[in-house]
Amino acid sequence: MLTVTDLTAGYGPVRALDGVSFTAERGQVTAVLGANGAGKTTLLRTISGLHRAERGSVDLDGERLDRVAADRMPARGLAHVPEGRGVITELTVEENLRLGALGRTGRLDPADLERVYGLFPVLADRRAATAHVLSGGERQMLVVGRALMARPTTLLLDEPSLGLAPRIVAQIFELLRGLVESESLTVLLVEQNARSALSIAHHGVVLNLGRVVADDDADALAADDQLRHAYLGF
Amino acid sequence: MQQLLNTALGGLTLGMVYAAFALALVLIWRSTRVVNFAQAPMAMVTTFIALVIVDAGHSYWLAFAAALASGLVLGAVVERVVIRPVEGGPEINAVILTLGLFIVLHALAAVVFGNRYRSFPAPFGVRGIEVGGTTIALTGFGIFTILAVLATMGLLLLLFQRTDIGLRMRASAFNPEVARLLGVRVGRMLTLGWALASLVGSLAGLLIAGGSLVHPGYMDSVVVYGFVAAVLGGLDSPFGAVVGGLLLGLALSFVSGYVGSQLVALAALVILMLVLVLRPGGLFAQTAARRV
Amino acid sequence: MAALRTRAAGWWSGSILGRHLLVALLGLVVVVAVSESVSDFRNLQLASMAYLGIAAGGLTVLTGLNGQISLGHGALMAIGAYTTALLLDDREASTPLPLVVLAAVVVTLVVGIAVGAAAARLHGPYLAGATLALAVAVPGIALYFKEQLGGEQGLRVVVPDIPTWALDLAYFVTGQDLTRSRYVAYLAWFTLIVTFVLLANLSRSRVGRRWRAVRDDEVAAELAGVRLGRSRVSAFVVSAAAAGAAGAMMAVTVRLAAPSGFTLTLSLTLLSAVVLGGLGSLAGALIGAALLTFLPQVVTDLGVDAGLSDIRAAELAPLVYGVVMVLVVLLAPAGIVGTVRGAVLRRRGRSAPPAATTTGAAADPTTSTSTSTSTDAGPDPGASPGTSTDPDSTATTTSKGSTT
Repeated sequence: MLTVTDLTAGYGPVRALDGVSFTAERGQVTAVLGANGAGKTTLLRTISGLHRAERGSVDLDGERLDRVAADRMPARGLAHVPEGRGVITELTVEENLRLGALGRTGRLDPADLERVYGLFPVLADRRAATAHVLSGGERQMLVVGRALMARPTTLLLDEPSLGLAPRIVAQIFELLRGLVESESLTVLLVEQNARSALSIAHHGVVLNLGRVVADDDADALAADDQLRHAYLGF
Repeated sequence: MQQLLNTALGGLTLGMVYAAFALALVLIWRSTRVVNFAQAPMAMVTTFIALVIVDAGHSYWLAFAAALASGLVLGAVVERVVIRPVEGGPEINAVILTLGLFIVLHALAAVVFGNRYRSFPAPFGVRGIEVGGTTIALTGFGIFTILAVLATMGLLLLLFQRTDIGLRMRASAFNPEVARLLGVRVGRMLTLGWALASLVGSLAGLLIAGGSLVHPGYMDSVVVYGFVAAVLGGLDSPFGAVVGGLLLGLALSFVSGYVGSQLVALAALVILMLVLVLRPGGLFAQTAARRV
Repeated sequence: MAALRTRAAGWWSGSILGRHLLVALLGLVVVVAVSESVSDFRNLQLASMAYLGIAAGGLTVLTGLNGQISLGHGALMAIGAYTTALLLDDREASTPLPLVVLAAVVVTLVVGIAVGAAAARLHGPYLAGATLALAVAVPGIALYFKEQLGGEQGLRVVVPDIPTWALDLAYFVTGQDLTRSRYVAYLAWFTLIVTFVLLANLSRSRVGRRWRAVRDDEVAAELAGVRLGRSRVSAFVVSAAAAGAAGAMMAVTVRLAAPSGFTLTLSLTLLSAVVLGGLGSLAGALIGAALLTFLPQVVTDLGVDAGLSDIRAAELAPLVYGVVMVLVVLLAPAGIVGTVRGAVLRRRGRSAPPAATTTGAAADPTTSTSTSTSTDAGPDPGASPGTSTDPDSTATTTSKGSTT
């Protein structure tokens, strides 16, 4: 369970997060929705220690996470899959995956590698290829697979659907939903594409200009016409 | 014919050293986006450390090992103390810092060791080897130079391609933020990268010095050749740096042998300008053009 | 009082050329006053300060305003000096001095264009590397062409006799006879003043604004229609031309052009002078040049007193420059001028209307992460060398402060 309390952060005088509080339950997908500039990416960056919070706290299963450095997060069971260029394109597919395993224990368990190749057979076929030859969908699979290599309890996903064909988005979301159930992961899913995010999420938090404007079950959010029109754009 | 062969052999030996020095520059450039011009005086200082040990009556090999070890330490210290505070700031600050360091190490060496030429020993013969009655320009020390550089490159290749620490170092160089999210202590990897680069630089310094004269400025031209070699190879590519070093060593050897040793640096400048105009991405770049 | 200041400030910022010329005139008066009251030896030192100041002024424009680094300004000075020496090889040489200086500038300019067009066009460490190569290569050229360039010994420079009108004018103005050292000091300082006026005007012009735009944000500059490569090359070429003039004055002052005068150390200490003074500031370049001229003797004496041999003690001065250069970047990245300016602005900020303070401290989220966006908004006291302070922005900020 990931609990965010009164989280406030910004860039100089610009406040990107303003007292954000919510809870993401274990074994559930919590979608974080909102327009461009609502503070979604800053939220993830602040949780994972890439950005410093001015105020507030983050707890993961009862342990304080704020003040923990970004490079210690994998050891705490938290994996952050950043937006866009999360693949290290100069490394091979397998090197990217190996790197994912090193963060938690410093050791590679071959079983983890086989499991990820089992989940994403397309990666197994291209394990020796340099990652820059991968397509957008394959890259997204690689970063998700790489995050799983660290056996996380909590997954932060930033815009996994960005720039991908709908069929591939559906495929990735399907897989995510399966993982959440089988491994009882806590997933925080940041999306601009609110409709598809809510289709797999159990719960949703809507941000606007750095504040939480709605926090409810995914079905309830999807059913709220006014909210949808004002903040979710569908 | 014999002169041609000898010039080529001399060029090959020098090219190996330039390749090593270019590699040292590329390792740091790749991870920190700084061309460490201070690599020259850093290598010079470690060579002087070796000279002090030799002058005290100890063996060449002890001095050799001590110089490499002090190179490792010096590189780490420089990254931690001087470069770390400005990382992430404007590039120009880091460059100015390396140049300040250049002046400091230069002057410090001149104050401590004196500003005159001193001879540096070589562990192997510096006379040409005789092959079928004629002496060729390949010396015992030259062979040692080639082997030492090849061995170092082999070890580095193993480290980077076959070990977890090498994988972490490459990840930190290519994408520090993602590496950090994956649990890599990027800061430590940068320090290690500087340390290794500085060690390679020190090796080049020892190899240039062997059987020759050293003084506080003796590596200054080598950093130029190392830079030109690195640009020839594309500045981002360790492999390119090695090939660039060899090519440059050959080219400069011919200039030295057939035109005049005084114009070697000018030739390096001309080669650099030609590369920048014709193939700014290096000889092996896929596209000739690079964003200006 | 306030009204007077406002009006003066209005005129001040209204005519940039007028302001620069006024400062130049004041400078000339100071030069004459100082030069007339010191010995011949000191006059030669003043001349050294002037030629170092000219080169540092060129370098500060390149590094401070355009964000590029040259490690070859010493070598560019050598080109100017050798050109001068070749034209002034005996007393009968008929080339008038202004033409000699012009020729030195033009030859250096050509070299600057060649090196700049290859290396300054590109973003990255290429210019620094190419100019470093230049610094290492140039002494070798003099050694190779021994017949023409005198090899290790170099070329003697024969300074033409002082023209009669200059002797008369000097006597008329100062009431003293013009000695050769004083004449050389006047020549060097006059060249410095002319160079600085040109550089100051250039840096306030559209060209200068483009240089700064490229330094601050390449993408924005490109979107605004600035051609990045051309802008970088032009900054380097202007900077090289100043170094050529400096070389000519050096040749006239030391009456010799020899490889030993143009070591890599010269290029690097010029850079340290510019960093010390504060990147982009011509006043800072002058302070840096003064330190380069007068500090070595002091430091060397201290070293000798401490028991070092003369030769080793002579290396203490570069040691001091290097250490100070590192410390300045780490602790006071705005340099001497920028730091003092920052302190003055902060003090003024407390007493002046609030608007004045916001000018300097204009909050911008991007400032902290990369090169500053401030161009004319006044120097940010915490600014790094990359961000910096233009020549004479004191005056601009003063006027802004008092007119608001």
